[in-house]
Amino acid sequence: MNGILTLAVKEFRDGLRNKWVAGATILLAVLAFALTFLGSSPTGLLDVKPLAVTVVSISSLTIFLVPLIALLLGYDAIVGESERGCLLLMLTYPISRSEILFGKFLGHAAILAFATLIGYGAAGAAAASTGSADVESWRAFAGLLLSSVLLGLAFLALAYLVSVFVTERSTAAGIAVGLWMLFVIVYDLALMGILVASKGGVGADIFPSLLLFNPADAYRLFNLTAFENIRKISGMAGLSASAQFPPAVLLLALVAWIAVPLAVALTVFNRREA
Amino acid sequence: MTVIAIHQAGKDYDGRAALDDVSFAVPEGRCVALIGHNGAGKTTLLKLILGLIRPTRGRIEALGVDPAAAGRDFRQQIGFLPENVAFHDELTGTDTLVFYARLKGVDAAQGGRLLDRVGLTHAASRRIKTYSKGMRQRLGLAQALLGAPKLLLLDEPTTGLDPVLRQEFFQIIRELTALGATVLLSSHVLTELEARTDLAAILRDGHLAAFGDLNTLRRDAELPVTVRVKGDAMAISGKLNGAYHKSMSADQATIDIDCPPVKKMALLRTLAGYGELCSDLEVRLPSLDDLYLHYSGRQISAPRELE
Repeated sequence: MNGILTLAVKEFRDGLRNKWVAGATILLAVLAFALTFLGSSPTGLLDVKPLAVTVVSISSLTIFLVPLIALLLGYDAIVGESERGCLLLMLTYPISRSEILFGKFLGHAAILAFATLIGYGAAGAAAASTGSADVESWRAFAGLLLSSVLLGLAFLALAYLVSVFVTERSTAAGIAVGLWMLFVIVYDLALMGILVASKGGVGADIFPSLLLFNPADAYRLFNLTAFENIRKISGMAGLSASAQFPPAVLLLALVAWIAVPLAVALTVFNRREA
Repeated sequence: MTVIAIHQAGKDYDGRAALDDVSFAVPEGRCVALIGHNGAGKTTLLKLILGLIRPTRGRIEALGVDPAAAGRDFRQQIGFLPENVAFHDELTGTDTLVFYARLKGVDAAQGGRLLDRVGLTHAASRRIKTYSKGMRQRLGLAQALLGAPKLLLLDEPTTGLDPVLRQEFFQIIRELTALGATVLLSSHVLTELEARTDLAAILRDGHLAAFGDLNTLRRDAELPVTVRVKGDAMAISGKLNGAYHKSMSADQATIDIDCPPVKKMALLRTLAGYGELCSDLEVRLPSLDDLYLHYSGRQISAPRELE
C-alpha cells in the first residue's frame, strides 16, 4: 500500500473513531429528512414533484452547513499535526510532502463525500418512496449530490490552504470561520449592497461572472438553474435567461475552487521548512 | 566509511545564527552523544542531518548524500526519534507501528517484533492515551527502529525512562552499533552517556565547542581530580599548606582537594603519610558533567574557599 493511500485510510479511520463521520452524516441526514417532509406539504398548487422541492431546500441548507463542516474538518490538517509534533516525524519518512497533503486530503474528502452521499441519499430515497419523483427530479437530485460533494471539497481545499499558511491551530480556526463568513454571507451581501447603492449602475454586466468567484454562489446557481423543474419553483426561471452559465461551467468553477487552493497549498507546503 | 560529514555548517533563523561553523565527521558504527544546553543548537543540527531544513552556510552529508535534496532511499535508511514524540492518542501501540511501517514501506509484522524488543508487548493493544511518558518514549524508539536504519538520530531518547529501561535502551543501541548502524543521540543526562558512547560533540551557543572521544576530551580539558578526605580537615589543610585548591565542609569533618590528574598519585602518597589524620578517602574523576560544563563555558559550581 503506498503512502497516499496509507494516510487517506488513516484519516478516514480517525474520522470514524472520533465520530466526525457519524456526526456529519447524521446531522446532514436529519436536516435533509426534515426538509424533505416539511417540503412535501405545501406543494399542491405548483405541480412540483416533492423531490424537486427537496432539492431546492437541501441546496439552501448545504450552502450554510457543508462549507462549515469542511472548514472545521480540514483547518488543522497540517497545522494540527505540526503543532503536536507528528508532522516533523512524518517528514523524515520516505514519503513526499505532496503525498502527505494529498493523502490527508483524500481521507478528509472521503469523510465529506460519505456524509453527504449517505445523509442526503437517505433523504432522497425517502422522498422517492413516497412515489412522487420523475426522471428529471432524479437528475436534479443526482446533480445536488455531486455539486454538494464538490462544494465540500472546495471548502476543504480552502481549509488546507489556511492550514499550511499559519503556525498555530487557533489562528487557523479563526481564519476558517472568517472564510465561511466571507463566502457564505458577506460576499453576497457586498455584491447586493453595491448593486443597490449604485442603483444597478455599477458592474451590472460583470456581476454574474463575479458569482463564479465564490464557490457557494457557483453551487447555488448550479442547483437552482441547471434543471427546468427546479427553475420553476426556485424563482430562477427569469434569471436563467440572463445568467450565461451552462451547468458544466458552474461545475467547472467548483472544480477550479478545489484545484487552485490545493495547488497553492501544495506549493507553500513544499517550500516551507519544518 | 563516513556516515555523517558536516563542513562549516550554519543555520540562521531570522538573521540570528542558531548554528554556526560546525564541522565534524562520524564514522560508521559509532555512537555519538550530542551534548549542549537548551538552545545550543542540538535539535537544529539533527534537523539539518535529517534534511528537514537546509543549511544557510556550509555543507552536510549523511549516508553519502545531501539530506535536504535526498529522496526516499535516504529516508528509508534513517530512523528518527523526535524530542517529546507525539502519537495519535486514540490509536493503539500496534496500530501506530503498523501505520508507520506502511509509511516506511516495511513489513507490518516488524511492528510487533519491535514492540516486543522495547518491552511494550503487554500494552500493544492499549490506546496510547493510557501510556506513560516512558512507554511513549519506547514506542517512539520502536518506530525509529522500523526498517533497520543505518543511521539513527535520537533527540533526548532517555527522557522519561527509569534506570532499568535506560540500561535496556543502551543495550539496544549497543546491539545496533555492533551491527554497523550509526547512532547520534542528544541528551541532558550526561552521567549515563558515559561509557556508553564513543564520541561526544559538545555544542555551545550554536558553535561546536568540542568533538572527539571522551578520553581525549577529558585529557585535553585537564580537569582536576577531586580527592575527598574524611578526618581532621583543619590539620590536613594546614599540612598541605596551599599546595592544592581545597574546600572544607562546614563541620570540618571532610575536605575536598583538587589536583591535576598527573599529581594524583603524589597527593595520595602524601595523604597516606598523614596516618591517623585521614580516616577515609574517595577519588572522584571528572565526570561527563564536568567535561560538559568545562567545554560549554559555564561556571563549575564555585568551590568554597577556606577561611
